[in-house]
Amino acid sequence: MGLVMGTFSMQSKQVNYHKDKADDDLEMTMVCHRPEGLDQLEALTNFNKRELQVLYRGFKNECPSGVVNEETFKQIYSQFFPHGDASTYAHYLFNAFDTAQSGSIKFEDFVTALSTLLRGSITEKLQWTFNLYDINRDGYINKEEMTDIVRAIYDMMGKYTYPVLKNDAPKQHVDAFFQKMDKNRDGVVTLDEFILSCQEDENIMRSLQLFENVI
Amino acid sequence: MAAGVATWLPFARAAAVGWLPLAKKTMPKPPVDNSSRSDEILYVNVSGVRFQTWKNTLDRYPDTLLGSSEKEFFYNEDTQEYFFDRDPEMFRHILNFYRTGKLHYPRHECIQAFDEELAFYGIVPEIIGDCCMEEYRDRKKENQERLAEDTEANEAMDAPLPPHSTPRERLWRAFENPHTSTMALVFYYVTGFFIAVSVIANVVETVPCRPLKGSVKDLPCGEKYQLAFFCMDTACVLIFTFEYLMRLFAAPSRCKFMRSVMSVIDVVAIMPYYIGLVMPENEDVSGAFVTLRVFRVFRIFKFSRHSQGLRILGYTLKSCASELGFLLFSLTMAIIIFATVMFYAEKGTKGSTFTSIPASFWYTIVTMTTLGYGDMVPNTIAGKIFGSICSLSGVLVIALPVPVIVSNFSRIYHQNQRADKMRAQQKVRLARIRMAKKGTTNAFLQYKEDRALGDRDSDSTALCVKNRSAFEHQHHHLLHCLEKTTNHEFTDEMTYSELCMTESVGFRTSRSTSLSSQQGAQNNSTGCCPRRARRRAAMRLANSTVSVSRGSVQELDTLHMKITAIPPQTRSSLNAQLEDLKLNCGEQDFSAAIISIPTPPANTPEESLPPSPAPIPGILRNTRATAYTHDKIKVSSL
Repeated sequence: MGLVMGTFSMQSKQVNYHKDKADDDLEMTMVCHRPEGLDQLEALTNFNKRELQVLYRGFKNECPSGVVNEETFKQIYSQFFPHGDASTYAHYLFNAFDTAQSGSIKFEDFVTALSTLLRGSITEKLQWTFNLYDINRDGYINKEEMTDIVRAIYDMMGKYTYPVLKNDAPKQHVDAFFQKMDKNRDGVVTLDEFILSCQEDENIMRSLQLFENVI
Repeated sequence: MAAGVATWLPFARAAAVGWLPLAKKTMPKPPVDNSSRSDEILYVNVSGVRFQTWKNTLDRYPDTLLGSSEKEFFYNEDTQEYFFDRDPEMFRHILNFYRTGKLHYPRHECIQAFDEELAFYGIVPEIIGDCCMEEYRDRKKENQERLAEDTEANEAMDAPLPPHSTPRERLWRAFENPHTSTMALVFYYVTGFFIAVSVIANVVETVPCRPLKGSVKDLPCGEKYQLAFFCMDTACVLIFTFEYLMRLFAAPSRCKFMRSVMSVIDVVAIMPYYIGLVMPENEDVSGAFVTLRVFRVFRIFKFSRHSQGLRILGYTLKSCASELGFLLFSLTMAIIIFATVMFYAEKGTKGSTFTSIPASFWYTIVTMTTLGYGDMVPNTIAGKIFGSICSLSGVLVIALPVPVIVSNFSRIYHQNQRADKMRAQQKVRLARIRMAKKGTTNAFLQYKEDRALGDRDSDSTALCVKNRSAFEHQHHHLLHCLEKTTNHEFTDEMTYSELCMTESVGFRTSRSTSLSSQQGAQNNSTGCCPRRARRRAAMRLANSTVSVSRGSVQELDTLHMKITAIPPQTRSSLNAQLEDLKLNCGEQDFSAAIISIPTPPANTPEESLPPSPAPIPGILRNTRATAYTHDKIKVSSL
């Protein structure tokens, strides 16, 4: 019996304390993505070469593999909001950046979105925002989607706020929003209603220009 | 793609001239190559260390960063070189890879740092040459094990329960980590006690007690006090059964739980009792029944839940399975050889105890392990010679695999020690993280004060602004925008608890101040008077002196008491002046100071604002929270 056991165990590899991590792990971490050339990107976006260089260097430093997956994105975003829980909102944000719905953000996605947000026209910026709110991408924002988004934003505030956060604060916020935006009172906000209402509001228009010189 | 292929292609194409005479049709046109053929030297500056290499060298591997157009992103027009802000020591190895085609792993480097560099330059680690591959793999595995353990330790211990956990989940957690609740701890110790009692009872019931009256033979205690032992056994088995059923109920995956080692031990420990109950008092069957009672001793293995050391031992044996197997195999071989030899050597002797080869096994084992009982002894000279060879070889064979087992045990033991140390340091780490968070909050609140001040008086902003980096400014602006979106402000823990305590007080004072605020405040800023009420409450609570630290908001609140007209010379007086403003609720300045962005009444929708923190790589890289520049903030002016 010892013979049998001996021969059997001699042939098997050494059993580690933990299960042998598959070597696929090595392959998985090496998924690399290389962006398009500098010239193409310059043509696609509203940035010049120097700005693209700066952007890419930062991006590449954080994500050497060239792509950001949702987990990494959530972690990064959460670092700016240490008080609360930014993961839900980061999820929606991630989906808004990941236009191809591929599950990861590449440098091109990142830079095109930035270009729209920083250098785009008013309509483009508003369109981007509409896409962010429209979670299921059906062209309409309904109350549930808006409530989810607003709740996610409130989650980022965390617990210690002043005044104390009440449970129905998101709901009130959403009601106010719909009152403003939903012109024909059909319960959903379409892109045109959204753009029209935003253009009527001076504060929004003014704030939209606040961040133009971020880069 | 291997270096060879790219380099040799021109030769292969030139050699195609040899096909021309044989070809029946004309050759296709060659592809037009517009790029300049002449080779040039590229300058690569890695953190100040300048490397030079041919362009062709880098082009050998077009699917890496340096070989593709990706490096253009790092090209510096002014200095005409490629600048990388990375480790120059590591870059040496990377560049050598391009030159020689073999990637080497520097042994003194950290495996993770090396991996990161490889990932940055787009090189797949599989290319590491054979000379260094083994070392790389080993260290990588070790690192992964360590990381996995750390995450396990973090998750398993002391993680706060998710808020909506069912009783079943809570029960499971109580079983797995007895330190989490007192009930669990009590249960843990009770089961431990009963295991001990059961094992001791098993042992004691075989000890011979004084015989019953009228009998001569010594009776084992088990038979003398049969009822008592039976009751004790029943109690223990009841407890164990109850525990097992509770664990089964609470387990997240019942199948997996039933297959786990501990559960098998539990079952084996309690089964004999139930089988004994069921079994009839039959003479024939009772023999088998007695054997079954032996399994009761497995209850002692239940202690492994209570003892970390036992678990380590178990893991060591499992991980050394191959060494142990080798030991067993070689021992078996030696036993068979020597038994055969001894048998044939002693065959002729009269009255020899070596009656058969299997009988000689016993002698061989006893001799090889140097026990030497002496119940079987060789008599012939040949037998004695082989016997001595047998005992010498036994020592050698057993001594060989032992160091491997020992080193494995040592490794596992140290890993465990590390886990314990980490758990102990966890508390300190959490405390530090909490303090850092508080620091962020306070910095942010300070920023808001300064900003308010800045809007009114641009001279004094310079003093405050200088002390903060651009990154901090932008981060605070982001947080400020979030506040505006949700129309709630960030506070710290202390103020929050004050708020909860003094809410009633706040209401009273707010009513009295609302009139005066309405006079001055041009906007219905909701933050205005409740905040002032809060300060009043804080004033009542805090009676300490004016301390100008950028620390707690409470101290800032106490600052508010000072209504002085100190000219703005020092930092402290700046704050005093600010508070001076704030107390005059009636002034128009007040509202402007508190809320710098005018807040029109509700019903404006949310708007999208582009990300704020700019990617200033220099600053970003130094701070942990490096800005990933597509932060999205939404501001609503409600």
